[in-house]
Amino acid sequence: MQLEAKNIGFRYHQNPWLFRNFSLTLNSGEILGLKGQSGCGKTTLARILAGYEKTLEGRIELGGAPLPKVGYRAVQLVFQHPEKSVNPRWHMRDILQEGWQPDDELLARFGIQQDWLSRWPNELSGGELQRFCVVRALSPETKFLIADEMTAMLDAITQAQIWQAILELAKERDLGILVVSHEKELVKRVCDRVIELDSVHLERNSFIS
Amino acid sequence: MTIEYNPDDFKSTEIGPGYKSLLEVSDLSVSFVQYQKGLRQRVLKVISNLDISLGSGEILAVVGSSGSGKSLLAHAILGILPNNAICSGKILYKNELLTPERQKKIRGSEITLVPQSVNFLDPLMRVSAQVRTAVRQGNPEEAQKKIFRRYDLSEGVGNQYPFQLSGGMARRVLISAAVINGSKLIIADEPTPGLHPEIVTETLNHLRELTDEGCGVMLITHDISTALQVADKIAVFYAGTTIEITPAADFHGQGQALRHPYTKALWQSLPQNDFTPIPGFQPLPANFSEGCLFAPRCGKITSECTGSLPVMQDLRSGKVRCHHAT
Ligand SMILES: Nc1ncnc2c1ncn2[C@@H]1O[C@H](COP(=O)(O)OP(=O)(O)OP(=O)(O)O)[C@@H](O)[C@H]1O
Ligand code: SF4
Ligand SMILES: [Mg+2]
Repeated sequence: MQLEAKNIGFRYHQNPWLFRNFSLTLNSGEILGLKGQSGCGKTTLARILAGYEKTLEGRIELGGAPLPKVGYRAVQLVFQHPEKSVNPRWHMRDILQEGWQPDDELLARFGIQQDWLSRWPNELSGGELQRFCVVRALSPETKFLIADEMTAMLDAITQAQIWQAILELAKERDLGILVVSHEKELVKRVCDRVIELDSVHLERNSFIS
Repeated sequence: MTIEYNPDDFKSTEIGPGYKSLLEVSDLSVSFVQYQKGLRQRVLKVISNLDISLGSGEILAVVGSSGSGKSLLAHAILGILPNNAICSGKILYKNELLTPERQKKIRGSEITLVPQSVNFLDPLMRVSAQVRTAVRQGNPEEAQKKIFRRYDLSEGVGNQYPFQLSGGMARRVLISAAVINGSKLIIADEPTPGLHPEIVTETLNHLRELTDEGCGVMLITHDISTALQVADKIAVFYAGTTIEITPAADFHGQGQALRHPYTKALWQSLPQNDFTPIPGFQPLPANFSEGCLFAPRCGKITSECTGSLPVMQDLRSGKVRCHHAT
């Protein structure tokens, strides 16, 4: 299966275009890196790919068809700040089970402790919270994961723990992953291929490796 | 301001000879009084027996994972801990005790904080006007113009509102506001979160420039790679205390020059190294035990380790808190 962006373009209101004529193909089982200058629209692109924002030009296709508008999202997005993507008034158990019911084996793989489930979000560290956000996004129906600076706020050990667990799962389930990251070394380590979202030359995107 | 040298001062900063002691934190503990159901209280200790020192001309990076107590240390130095915090230990600034009165007097002038994000700026005020409000002495407008020239911020940028700034400009505005009163001790709390590498480097260079002029910089970050780009020495935090203080140069190879098992594990887990993490997680303050707080994750644990918190000891021009340090 493929997740494809075909000649997409986007800008906020009447602001200058962030990108135009941008295309990318993410294959199942592939781990693709996306880099680009600060503010060039990487997060916007991530939101468009996951269906949270509509592209103004071109189209997004999943398995050759438009992104489905209803039902479980097969393209899931996890971003930098876990504390902004959980409801502070819910217990961790409810946050985790919002979309599906992960089993204990998966929780263990991501190092989630049973007693964290009965806590509030503000009683966990950023690294602990991000583990929940990742597992929440990884139902068996998820085919593609967009990781937007997913571990940028985490220490190196937590970052490696989360990525190792994801990489293993990606292999088992043939998941495709888009890794948006400023961190060169991380991208080099986990990605099969890297593309650049180039805001200066709006009309082209260059392929690196 | 000039700093006079006194040979005795060198004693307090063993790492990096030639630095004069600017800040000295010893045996700092911070607890919070929490009110639970009914009238029950509990005291939660979040920082225990922490020691660090910083000389002028030096960048000390404080590195630790989320919740390890990095920001609380900054707040303790600045004297801005919340009311329910209890603080013990000693903080010396220029060899004199930093009392709450003194903190209040020199906060924002001698000692300053570079905050993490533009959210600390007033969203409804143009940035030049905002930076002027930070000026303590002299003509605010002149001071602001001078500092903007220094950080290459045009008049046009000054007329913008915080949300209009790009990531790089926002960093420069935050630094301008922080150092406009000629501070000597600069505490930068996560100044480069999720930024493009070029902006990270630019920000770090600005911090380096300040130390070249004789300031001391405390760079707080969760990111060891950022710290290594610029720091002279590194204090590694874990579960509310310093577990190792090391020259930055000791991070190399397989981490053989490092002293504490956690520091070694941190180094090895970087993507450019093994990328193999140790299992487990840092305990939360409510679950702190008597002994070494790293014990549940440590491969070198013995019965000695769970009895009492190891004390900080000198080792190879650094310090380490471990019974079996190598
Ligand atoms: N007002 C408070 N009351 C009770 N506990 C607190 C309070 N403020 C902080 N803590 C706890 O103290 C510990 C250290 O917090 P601190 O904010 O210093 O961490 P940090 O190292 O700066 O983390 P981060 O990298 O996430 O910013 C954490 O466990 C935190 O939950
Ligand atoms: S004191 Fe013991 S448990 Fe703690 S780090 Fe050292 S060897 Fe490991
Ligand atoms: Mg902090």
